[in-house]
Amino acid sequence: MRTRLRFTKLGRIRWTGHRDVARVFERALRRAGLPVAYSAGFSPHPLISFGLALPTGCESVAEYLDVTFGEPVDPEAVTERLSCGLPEGIRVVAAAVVVPGTPSLQEDVTSCTWEIEVPGAGTEALAEAADRVLAADSLFVQRMRKGRLDTDDVRPAIRAVHARNGDDAAGSVLECELATRPRGVRPTDLAHALGLALGRARRTSQWIERDGSRWEPLAAAAAIAARVTEGAA
Amino acid sequence: MTALWPRIESLLAQVTKPARYIGGELGARRPVWGPGRVAWLLAYPDTYEIGLPNQGLQILYEILNERPDALAERTYAPWTDMEAAMRAAGVPLFSLESTRPASDFDVLAFNLSAELTYTNVLNMIDLAGTPVRAADRRRHDPVVVAGGHCAFNPEPMADFVDAFVMGDGEEVVGEINEVVAAWRAGDAPRAALVAALAQLPGVYAPACYEVVVDPDGRGRVRPAVAGAPERVEKRAVADLAAWPYPKQQLVPLVEVVHDRLNVEVFRGCTRGCRFCQAGMITRPVRERPAAQVEQMVRDGLARTGYDEVALTSLSSADFSGIEQTVAAVINDPECSGQVSVSLPSLRVDAFTVGLAAEIQKVRRTGLTFAPEGGTWRMRQVINKLIREEDLYAAVDAAFGQGWRRVKLYFLIGLPTETDEDVLGIARLASTCVEIGRRHHRNVTVTASVGGFVPKAHTPFQWFGQVPVAELRRRVVLLKDAVRPVRGLTLRWHDPEATVAEGIVSRGDRRVGAVIEHVWRHGGTFQEWSEHFDFTRWTDALAAAGLTLDEVCYRERAEDDPLAWDHISAGLHRDFLWQDWQDALAAAGVEDCRWTPCYDCGACTGLGVEHVVASVAPPAGGSQGTGQDLSTGGVVPVRFLAGTGVRGS
Repeated sequence: MRTRLRFTKLGRIRWTGHRDVARVFERALRRAGLPVAYSAGFSPHPLISFGLALPTGCESVAEYLDVTFGEPVDPEAVTERLSCGLPEGIRVVAAAVVVPGTPSLQEDVTSCTWEIEVPGAGTEALAEAADRVLAADSLFVQRMRKGRLDTDDVRPAIRAVHARNGDDAAGSVLECELATRPRGVRPTDLAHALGLALGRARRTSQWIERDGSRWEPLAAAAAIAARVTEGAA
Repeated sequence: MTALWPRIESLLAQVTKPARYIGGELGARRPVWGPGRVAWLLAYPDTYEIGLPNQGLQILYEILNERPDALAERTYAPWTDMEAAMRAAGVPLFSLESTRPASDFDVLAFNLSAELTYTNVLNMIDLAGTPVRAADRRRHDPVVVAGGHCAFNPEPMADFVDAFVMGDGEEVVGEINEVVAAWRAGDAPRAALVAALAQLPGVYAPACYEVVVDPDGRGRVRPAVAGAPERVEKRAVADLAAWPYPKQQLVPLVEVVHDRLNVEVFRGCTRGCRFCQAGMITRPVRERPAAQVEQMVRDGLARTGYDEVALTSLSSADFSGIEQTVAAVINDPECSGQVSVSLPSLRVDAFTVGLAAEIQKVRRTGLTFAPEGGTWRMRQVINKLIREEDLYAAVDAAFGQGWRRVKLYFLIGLPTETDEDVLGIARLASTCVEIGRRHHRNVTVTASVGGFVPKAHTPFQWFGQVPVAELRRRVVLLKDAVRPVRGLTLRWHDPEATVAEGIVSRGDRRVGAVIEHVWRHGGTFQEWSEHFDFTRWTDALAAAGLTLDEVCYRERAEDDPLAWDHISAGLHRDFLWQDWQDALAAAGVEDCRWTPCYDCGACTGLGVEHVVASVAPPAGGSQGTGQDLSTGGVVPVRFLAGTGVRGS
């Protein structure tokens, strides 16, 4: 039985990597005594699949993972039993059952919303920079990929950008929606394109686009589950 | 968290593996600070990934934090990029738990597990804002203490460390805490604290000793103040059952070495391998009761969420309750078949492989054996009495039961070694490949060859280390011999690093200047090949007026003073000398757990007997005990049928 969990990654733990968080969950699930299913074969591993990697150093209130249990488990109970065993900064905030046939997070998520602190920048200047991005036809950044320096146009993946005042006097915040395909854009890419020094970046949502509307991944899974139930009825 | 954290965090985006610096492990404490507590900063002088699993450090961390008059936090050597960022930003060495500067602590305690980390110790003391030389420290500077296996030759670090602990730290750490607390409550000078520490059994405070040079120019370390003992005897806890630590092993957020639950099943070793310092200085054998091992495994797995447990010791298959203990772990319904058990330091015999097969039902990837010597003669010299038959039976069993990779550990540069012994490594390893081919088409055997470094308190402490050029020649000899063998991979240790380790392993107090020179010329992380540069060491020796011949290559005579003569690991000097003579005569001695005592001194001197649950040798026989050793070098034909290798 597959269950989708939504969790946070806040504070100091943002300096751990994607694989570190995966291991933290594997151990936390075992500690909680939850009946995680294992793959068959020579080297069995727990059936856990993570969504889009969060760049090391970024925070998030919208991370997801799918875990398969060997027997039915109430999603509420998963949230509760996991919450005490996780390190500071990681909290499971919601869970939902995922019916068979639901696409994986990796293949389904189409865009993410980010809040990026820009220390020392005035909101007006930042708003102008945001407008320039939206007005441009293309926006090239250089990225190291497999030891090679590639030049990519990131403009098509920038869905929205706007500036607002920061929560403290230190600077302003850039809110943006960045697509995950054809080639994902990271907050650092946007910052490079704008010539800005980035402060803390936080992923606030992930989105799945389907049939012209935008779904939060747990809601997307629930919608598919509802459709399956209707179909059966 | 303190005011330091935002400054540390601002550096993290620029460095590799930033999670090394954030702590946050499961099991980490947040100690309460207060005037009634002595604050310890437990430091490991290598990266976080290497240092975090260190059991000695974790044991002391718990014992100190359980005391009402102490607290302990941890720190590890910042990698070179982080060090540069810290120095540029004026951020000092800090603790992971509360990100306090190291200078807030009363005691800075180092674990010395490897000699080539010494330059990192100096670097960390310096990053703490503390004078590197003990003589320059002021009353408010932290007290620098050090323990661990390398402390058994303390002299190279004597200029930098206020007090060394010899042997097991469980009991003495509390005694040190009390002395520091009492001194801190008064206003006596720093020298008074050091003198008080010198009176604790097992503690060596170098400032209380002087080097007296005789007319022949040979130095001896002698007490210089009243109350400092002539010879510092090591500490040994008599009963491991009284110390079920760590109770809450730290589970890191990032991957580290030995990333699993570790349960120590015994301390000490009586196999008597003559090159092995650990086996000599940790005697006698003290086993943990099997029931306690099982309880620690069960509790540890439930608490940590690990799916692997290692039963640790110097030779875990020798634990007298090993079969029952392993069965209890793997058949525990709570583990539901998903837990694997690993036994580091596998003994070389088929019984052990059978045991390994029993516990590694899944993930059967590689097995490691350590014959150490390429010929039976060589193995008699080093007293690693593995018959050729034992090795082939083990390898045959391993490949027969599904393993595809076998790794073999060897040493070169051993006493009396000839080219025939070196080539014997290639011959043994090639035969193992042949044996493996009978089971699978694709098997690999890796021969991992280390360079021998003579260590203090071993029978080989008198041996003149093999020079760099000669070690290189032997490596080339071996490389040429294994080149045509498909399926055999050779790995070897850098001969220059082997000799650099030799400088520090048997150096005397004058070597302190060498270590400081290497550090001041940028030589940190000398265990890491990308940072190791032998010319730093040879330059430093020259600057100190020393030569490799004197420090490393010279064979010591029986009456030559040794830099560690004032330190006792419990072993009689004449036992070690006799064992050295036996080695030169290629005579092996049996495991003394089940044979008459050789009077090495460890049991009698410490008033501790070998603590074993069983008086009979372990199942499957013990190497060199109750076996027919006359056939040790005979190539057993039965393992070679169909391999194309001819018996002799």
